[in-house]
Amino acid sequence: MSARELIELIGPLFIFIGTIFTFLSAIGLIRLPDVYTRSHAASKSTTLGVLCTLFGAFLFFVITEEFVSIRLLLGIFFVFLTAPIAAHMICRAAYRSNVELAEQSVQDDLKPFLKEEGMKDQV
Amino acid sequence: MKTNNLILQTATKVLVFIILLFSVYMFFAGHYEPGGGFIGGLMASGAIVLLLIAYDIKTVRKILPFNFIKVTATGLLFSAGTSAGALFFDKPLLTHWFTYVHPPLLGKMSLHTAVLFDTGVFLVVVGVTMTIIQTIGESE
Repeated sequence: MSARELIELIGPLFIFIGTIFTFLSAIGLIRLPDVYTRSHAASKSTTLGVLCTLFGAFLFFVITEEFVSIRLLLGIFFVFLTAPIAAHMICRAAYRSNVELAEQSVQDDLKPFLKEEGMKDQV
Repeated sequence: MKTNNLILQTATKVLVFIILLFSVYMFFAGHYEPGGGFIGGLMASGAIVLLLIAYDIKTVRKILPFNFIKVTATGLLFSAGTSAGALFFDKPLLTHWFTYVHPPLLGKMSLHTAVLFDTGVFLVVVGVTMTIIQTIGESE
């Protein structure tokens, strides 16, 4: 295998890593007990998986076609910025509509605070 | 009740500019690459909808004081005007025309009247989408 072919493999390698991360996050989505832990699995590792995949595609086009796709870089930045915020909003909406924590959880610091504010009943 | 939406609002301030820039890019890329007035207009109205989600309808109306029905009308005028403009030069309806200009700094540019037509499409899409969403959002 020549050196050029080896360099061309960097992009697909990143895409492979990204696929594995996305797969792991799908397993986490099935196996974890409640909304909050599932959201933890879904947001973090899927974000990293998508970032790796996009970066792999970016590298692939840079190496093979010498084409710098600014849209892929912008997509990486955009997903990196938005995915955690989406997870935050989903978890917050779940907590405020009284979705229970998993049975194994031992501590809920937000509950007494929200009760004090009288917010939990209103939302 | 006063909700604390700091994370979403701060992120929106950054994201809206990215989405609007990308919609403008999509609009101008339409001639040689995928894109154009329709998708650019949809993306621009998507940015405004994000503003609507993060803030409320009164704030957005203060930021963008447009009557979106009039935006739609302006877009239709643009499209009808550019298609009817060909009639003044003794050409069939919807004939477009382009030329190359050499402005300073920008190099060789091709100016095409189809961009004006596309501007009409852009404005119509933004106007119609925002009218629909604002009308549904306001009704109690």
